[in-house]
Amino acid sequence: MSRVEAPVDQSHQSTAFGRRRWTGYVLLLPGALWLTIFFIVPMVTLVSTSLYDPSGTLESGYQVTWAFSNYVDAIQTYWPEFWRSLIYSGLATFFALLIGYPMAYAIAFKAGRWKNLMLVLVIAPFFTSFLIRTLSWKLILADHGPVVDFLKAVHILGPDGRLLATSTAVVLGLTYNFLPFMVLPLYASLEKIDHRMIEAASDLYASPLQGFRRVTWPLSMPGVVAGTLLTFIPAAGDYINVELLGTPQQTMIGNRIQGLFGAGDYPFAAALSVTLMVMILVMVIVYIRRTGTEELL
Amino acid sequence: MSASLVRLGHWITEHLVMFACILGLIYTILPIAVVVVMSFDDTGDIVYQFNGFTFENWRHPCAPYGMCDAVVTSLQVGILATLVATVLGTLMAFALVRHRFRGRSVSNVGIFLPMASPEIVLGSSLLAFFVAGGYASYLGFTTILIAHVMFCISFVVVTVRARLAGLDSTLEQAAMDLYANEWQTFWRVTFPLVFPGIMAAALLAFSLSFDDFIITNLNAGQTQTFPMYVWGVARRDIPPQINVIGTAMFLVSVLIVLAASFGGRRRSRPVG
Repeated sequence: MSRVEAPVDQSHQSTAFGRRRWTGYVLLLPGALWLTIFFIVPMVTLVSTSLYDPSGTLESGYQVTWAFSNYVDAIQTYWPEFWRSLIYSGLATFFALLIGYPMAYAIAFKAGRWKNLMLVLVIAPFFTSFLIRTLSWKLILADHGPVVDFLKAVHILGPDGRLLATSTAVVLGLTYNFLPFMVLPLYASLEKIDHRMIEAASDLYASPLQGFRRVTWPLSMPGVVAGTLLTFIPAAGDYINVELLGTPQQTMIGNRIQGLFGAGDYPFAAALSVTLMVMILVMVIVYIRRTGTEELL
Repeated sequence: MSASLVRLGHWITEHLVMFACILGLIYTILPIAVVVVMSFDDTGDIVYQFNGFTFENWRHPCAPYGMCDAVVTSLQVGILATLVATVLGTLMAFALVRHRFRGRSVSNVGIFLPMASPEIVLGSSLLAFFVAGGYASYLGFTTILIAHVMFCISFVVVTVRARLAGLDSTLEQAAMDLYANEWQTFWRVTFPLVFPGIMAAALLAFSLSFDDFIITNLNAGQTQTFPMYVWGVARRDIPPQINVIGTAMFLVSVLIVLAASFGGRRRSRPVG
């Protein structure tokens, strides 16, 4: 929910409490310390763990040997998983945008007095547990379930076709679970659009389609960027949907990282984790630069 | 082409977006409806499907071994993590909106980054940190709590910050003009106005904490939270009682939303 908030307007610096310079530091300190010790330092530890001698164990101890070979090995062994993670989360982001944009548009411009109810329905998935609602997809998509039977009846699925345990189910689950993260920022930016801009476009003889393409869409860009990032990033690291709706053939990188940490192969797992983080950061930075929405940060 | 056909065409394009929106909402609601229905399933829980209606699961929600212990653990973690994260995050939000100091933009990036990291990376870095510090055998309630506070803080900061930034500062100036001192102005004007934002942040933090699986699973040791319990049974027989918990969570959330919207309406009613 809060992820969608617009960039803070810095002009609101109040006069009332801004006088004592040290007060800011005092207020900031406890939280900043927590984030430093339990977020930034662990990130550094993760990087150094990824450079441990891979032959060490938890019992015998590890040594930082600058074993960059961990990275080479990790990427060589697991590039299909990386690739699948990017494809699945990319597809999920695309579908979430496709489904989410009309939803956000209708709620922002057409819902009238139903607006609040519809917004609550959008975030309703957050009201139950992530795992429970994913399990419930398992039931909906089950072989001989209503959805599969219907798709077979209209010949979209063949007689032996199934949905569960396929890539389709995994992408559907990812799309579903992160859809609210797409709709809310889209709604927030569409809601802010000044209607007179769209009216002006139609006064100047733009067709509704042109008006949308030249006015509404560009103005909603901050929402599109925020929404796609908030969908793509968690989806790329997710392993729950694959585990519950897919098979080992759909394994994503999250499954491997979790599995290797569980098995105690820390250097390798850490190398995978760092690689994922770097890949995502690079993609995010390039994406934000290209869409010209740096102020989102 | 007849006029009525043209009108039909107009009607369709006019309502197409709403139609798509309603389809999307059905997509979001469908699994929740299934959870509610399945909570009344009279099971031979070997096959996860609806076999018949019963109240038994609701009468004996704690029947599956270990489930309610896990729920209690999740509630404890959730409440503690929410308290700590809300206090720390609110203080940070005030610092960032109300004070100018060196390192503000660095702080902003530091707050943004945890939200931009996949959970698996956050979880694995914390695990690497605990292991490197020699705490591998101490993984449990405390490490889960530390992790939850860490990922909740950023969400609290952005929620409270948005509320604070949208505040009309003329209200505070008015209070000062009427001879309120800084302390009075804060507690009588600023804090009551920001409070809904703090509450929203706390609710968000609690739901993030209660629902977290990926980060928790890496740092939990032998401790089991509710999502971990569900994960454990997901590949064996799924007791229908997890849907009782899922439905109860849903109902409580709906009640909170209703209470918030009624409370908001009452507060916005004109005085006198």
